[in-house]
Amino acid sequence: MIWNEEYETLPREALEALQLKRLKAQVARVHATVAYYRKKMEDAGVTPDDIQTLADIRLLPFTTKEDLRKNYPFGLFTVPMEKVVRIHASSGTTGKPTVVGYTKRDIEMWAELMTRTLSAAGVHSGDIVHNAYGYGLFTGGLGAHYGAENLGAAVIPISGGNTKRQIQIMQDFGSTVLLSTPSYALNIADAMADQGIDPATLKLRVGVFGAEPWSEAMREEIEQRLKIKAIDIYGLSEVMGPGVAAECIEEQKGLHIMEDHFLPEIVDPDTFAPLPLGEAGELVFTTLTKEAFPVIRYRTKDISRLIPDVCSCGRTFYRIPKITGRTDDMLIIRGVNVFPSQIEEVIMGVEGVEPHYQIVVEREGSLDKIEVQVEVSEAIFSDEVKSLEKLSKKLQTEIKDLLGISCTIKLVEPKTIQRSEGKAKRVIDNRKI
Amino acid sequence: MKVKQIAIFLENKSGRLADISHTLAENAINIRALSLADTADFGILRLVVNDTNKAQQVLKENGFTVGITEVLVVEVPDKPGALDCILQVVRKAGLNVEYMYAFTKKSGESGMLLFRFDDQDAAVEVFQKAGCRLLSDDEVHAL
Repeated sequence: MIWNEEYETLPREALEALQLKRLKAQVARVHATVAYYRKKMEDAGVTPDDIQTLADIRLLPFTTKEDLRKNYPFGLFTVPMEKVVRIHASSGTTGKPTVVGYTKRDIEMWAELMTRTLSAAGVHSGDIVHNAYGYGLFTGGLGAHYGAENLGAAVIPISGGNTKRQIQIMQDFGSTVLLSTPSYALNIADAMADQGIDPATLKLRVGVFGAEPWSEAMREEIEQRLKIKAIDIYGLSEVMGPGVAAECIEEQKGLHIMEDHFLPEIVDPDTFAPLPLGEAGELVFTTLTKEAFPVIRYRTKDISRLIPDVCSCGRTFYRIPKITGRTDDMLIIRGVNVFPSQIEEVIMGVEGVEPHYQIVVEREGSLDKIEVQVEVSEAIFSDEVKSLEKLSKKLQTEIKDLLGISCTIKLVEPKTIQRSEGKAKRVIDNRKI
Repeated sequence: MKVKQIAIFLENKSGRLADISHTLAENAINIRALSLADTADFGILRLVVNDTNKAQQVLKENGFTVGITEVLVVEVPDKPGALDCILQVVRKAGLNVEYMYAFTKKSGESGMLLFRFDDQDAAVEVFQKAGCRLLSDDEVHAL
């Protein structure tokens, strides 16, 4: 069902007129309130008045994660803190998280977009929504929560973890909708199989999955094993959180971008030049209505393309296909953004550890597993087992503290990690995404 | 009173132990005693050899992580109860053993107990007071 018929089916011309009006206002406001953005625009020799058409957006400088990091924590907020009602954060490249803020109106807008998202997945009032996205600084849990409530569904704010209890609650409360990362959905399917529970005996009807890349093969597996429809959603905290783009249950072919609130662009990942409509490149977003934390031409580093064809569901918003690639080395592990440089920092922080390491990612069953291989140098080698085990444990704990994810440490002999010419190959991703 | 031991880091993969023995064989190094500590993920091979420095050098050249540590070697008669006698001394003194291994010089003659304690100096004192015979580095390597 289309939640907001008026906006979601706007004819292209009217939509673009609305986008331009909102873009002009957004750029003017950002220019007036954030010195950092103003300076960047001045350096690029552009003023808000130069934005006369949607294509003029290419005159504006890009925003990257590095810009957000430089302004940690609140430097890019455009409103005083009295107007901010919520703060979220995601992990960043240097251990410092990326911080985003929301005004009351932002939260309402977010709830509206998540309502549209869930509605597009066929969720409706009367549904019992099992929300296994993590609650906390991560935008997934609360973002989805507000949308489901706004829709009039009953939300179970179960968050992640304790799979056995999750299944118990699904059975007892009659959950009809599952919200989680796709890998966690498979984990639930595994746990049900272990317990001899037939998913067909549950009331689950649909799953709304996001926060990590997943393939069509994985969709088939989830649908077949859990006996549900699996819907893909897209979002990132820098732009808003979940609800930036969503699949419709009618087609399950590409995710509709909420174009009345976010202006998408596709640029060449090397030259950053805008690419013709339909070509694949880096996905870039400008927020059109956000108040506390707008972004101008934010480079997502996700590789995608815009699908302009009209969808049978009636929505006029352009779609993006499932996202399966990135332009950088960021890994998404169980919904958490992980940069190899973060793990490197931990390793370098331990005295005597050689800077030779490798990160191996596997998908075992349905869960992503990280193994960090560290070479044992003479400086850290000991003839006592317990010293080496202590070292492993220390690395493991520090990585867990910094990233919030568990990994295994494998101590390996010197020179066994492949040395490559130029950029070292730090990551071996064996997951089939 | 302390004897030099070579410790080598081993990844859990087949053939690594043979790589070490081959390196030592090619360089005519004789192994006096050996113990292998294994965990699920890695192993530590400990060796007492006739030429510690040379063994260290050739193993390093072949890419192994090598460490030199000191162990205490106690000579006991090769007969029932000899090990127990020493361990009672260790227990009474409250010494903490990190690891130990043993070899016999010649069956029926004498046994060598190799110890690594968390406090090696205290252990030397205890053994000396108890009248145990500790072998020197030269004595062991000359065996």
